[in-house]
Amino acid sequence: MDSDRDVLFGIYCPPHPQPLLAPELNNGYKNLRNAYDKLRDRIQSSGADIILIYSTTWPSIVGHQIQAHPEPEWIHVDDDFHYLGSMPYKFNIDSDFAHAYRDAAESRGLHSRTVAYDGFPIDTGSVVALSLLNPDNKIPACIVSSNMYSNRSETMVLGKAARDALSKQGKKAVIVVVASLSNRMFTEHIDPKNDKIHSSKDDEWNKKILEFFKDGRLEDLSQLSRDIHGQIRIQKVAAYKPVWWMAATMGQHNNYQGEILAYEPLHGSGGAVIQLTPSNESVGDKEFDEDDVEYYHGDRNVLDRGNL
Amino acid sequence: MPNKQASKKPIDKGIVAGHNGIESHFISHGKHTYSINAMKILKRLIHITVVATKGMEKGQVVLGCLAPHPPHLVYAENPEQNEPFSEGGWETLRWGYNRLARKLKKIDYDVMVIFTPHWATYIGTHFLGLPKFKSLSVDPIFPNIFRYKYDLTVDVQLAQEMHKSASEAGIITKMMTNPDFRIDYGTITSCHMLNPEWDKPIITISSNRNTHYYSGEVMNEQATALGEACLKAIEKSGKKVVLVSSHSLSHRHFVTESPLPEDMSREHIYNHSQYVWDMKMINMMREGKMKEVIDIMPEYTEQTIAETEAGGLTWMMAAMGLPNYPAEIYGYQSVIGTGNAVVAWDPNSQTREIVL
Repeated sequence: MDSDRDVLFGIYCPPHPQPLLAPELNNGYKNLRNAYDKLRDRIQSSGADIILIYSTTWPSIVGHQIQAHPEPEWIHVDDDFHYLGSMPYKFNIDSDFAHAYRDAAESRGLHSRTVAYDGFPIDTGSVVALSLLNPDNKIPACIVSSNMYSNRSETMVLGKAARDALSKQGKKAVIVVVASLSNRMFTEHIDPKNDKIHSSKDDEWNKKILEFFKDGRLEDLSQLSRDIHGQIRIQKVAAYKPVWWMAATMGQHNNYQGEILAYEPLHGSGGAVIQLTPSNESVGDKEFDEDDVEYYHGDRNVLDRGNL
Repeated sequence: MPNKQASKKPIDKGIVAGHNGIESHFISHGKHTYSINAMKILKRLIHITVVATKGMEKGQVVLGCLAPHPPHLVYAENPEQNEPFSEGGWETLRWGYNRLARKLKKIDYDVMVIFTPHWATYIGTHFLGLPKFKSLSVDPIFPNIFRYKYDLTVDVQLAQEMHKSASEAGIITKMMTNPDFRIDYGTITSCHMLNPEWDKPIITISSNRNTHYYSGEVMNEQATALGEACLKAIEKSGKKVVLVSSHSLSHRHFVTESPLPEDMSREHIYNHSQYVWDMKMINMMREGKMKEVIDIMPEYTEQTIAETEAGGLTWMMAAMGLPNYPAEIYGYQSVIGTGNAVVAWDPNSQTREIVL
């Protein structure tokens, strides 16, 4: 199998629950919901064997956690938006793939483990994405966490491990990255009718990122990730990682057909639903300024060496 | 397996039998009856109401506790509520906690108010707003060691009063009234270690992430305002309250875990600078310099990525009037590389102790 075609297409979508729980509150939320619905239909007719999710709202500390419970079931409630309602779910998880992904990650030097516990708290972003993109559980799914300390090399290797596992199992995937663009929300409660992007600066950066996506320039976005983190991301974690994982999983190039299905504010943050499909056309590559990484060697123990 | 047709709430399944089918430790009750603990709490609330009608005394904070919440501590205690089994571990912290729990048994209090980093809210400060929560808590980070069945009671009246007082002070607030809401493991760990019998009502306050959104300085200001507002509500309520700031000190974790999590030969602080900063803070607590502790909080938090970033310690110290008396130090130990101290502030000089 051509490894570039292990991934049929990629999706970038926001983690907020409004499109699932309350699309009627705002035309923007409704637009986002319609975009999810459109992608739901495309996924179902794609011939995909698996939906693989990387969620920025599932932080991990001990390495990289991969959901392996075959039928996780719960009623999830969001920490901030609990007043919008509960999210009952029961998902169909591809446990075999979860274990293969763990093995592939470990083969590339990453610390990784599967989780399969009744009542494990699947995060808001994953629940929203799977509930909207795969409502009848027709296609098995898998979810991987976002380690809060990991940076570029570790995240790139995690993406490559996903490709390894897909190739080894001969599975065709739709990959889903759950992340906002700008992630600064309003810190007060607002009337949803008045929702807007938190600032012009955030909006302008979002639109520039969307231009790259539309042109299929995923690797260029990957190279810009640190700048994006500094400009429009709340500093909750070490880096803006979702595009690194997406690029590494989809092949590290700029040859994609991009489609922006929706871009709307979600309590001030930038919520975009995007599809990237591998193609043979390219706008050309930048000169990449960071090394590619195949194997994760862990911390370099710089502090300890400094004491010698 | 359609998602939309999850007809039976899995919340029920989680309580009756966990991952390994272990039956609930909870005493079986009818659907509309109360647990023994709930009855005790109800009697206490009735007593408070009777006292209130006779002429209410001013409420007060009777103890403040810095209560770290690594789930490892509950895991190591092997309570029947927690499904995984351990061979122990982290005794320095657990024995310190055990001693503080014994002190709490001798203190007359009505409610425990917990500020937790693991109910992180970005839109204001939220308060638990329903009288009962009963479910299964699985730690998203360490699910292998923490799968705890909880059954707790909330003092909704005081929660509403705190919410009102904070709102009047200009703080963005919200009551949480969704019955499906799951209580965070920080609340559960700290409360279990301080009061394993769960025979007092609690209030959980979320942590608004001002440090992330703005800075450590803004966090200090907001958490101070919240602490002062909560104190007003406590005084108005006539209740005796234990405050709990649930968090570690330095907070850099190892990103790998030993095959046996309780293998103490693997446990140590992440790096020496974290340790030095933690000791600096603990020494200032011991010397009763809490104003100074709060003043250097932004720098300490940045240098050690401390869990004080959530605002809990600042909130508690503001509600206690920035104590200038010595704190009671019950223990310090690392858990998966983070620095953790069990500390208490006793406003009563007659019962205040030098513990360590």
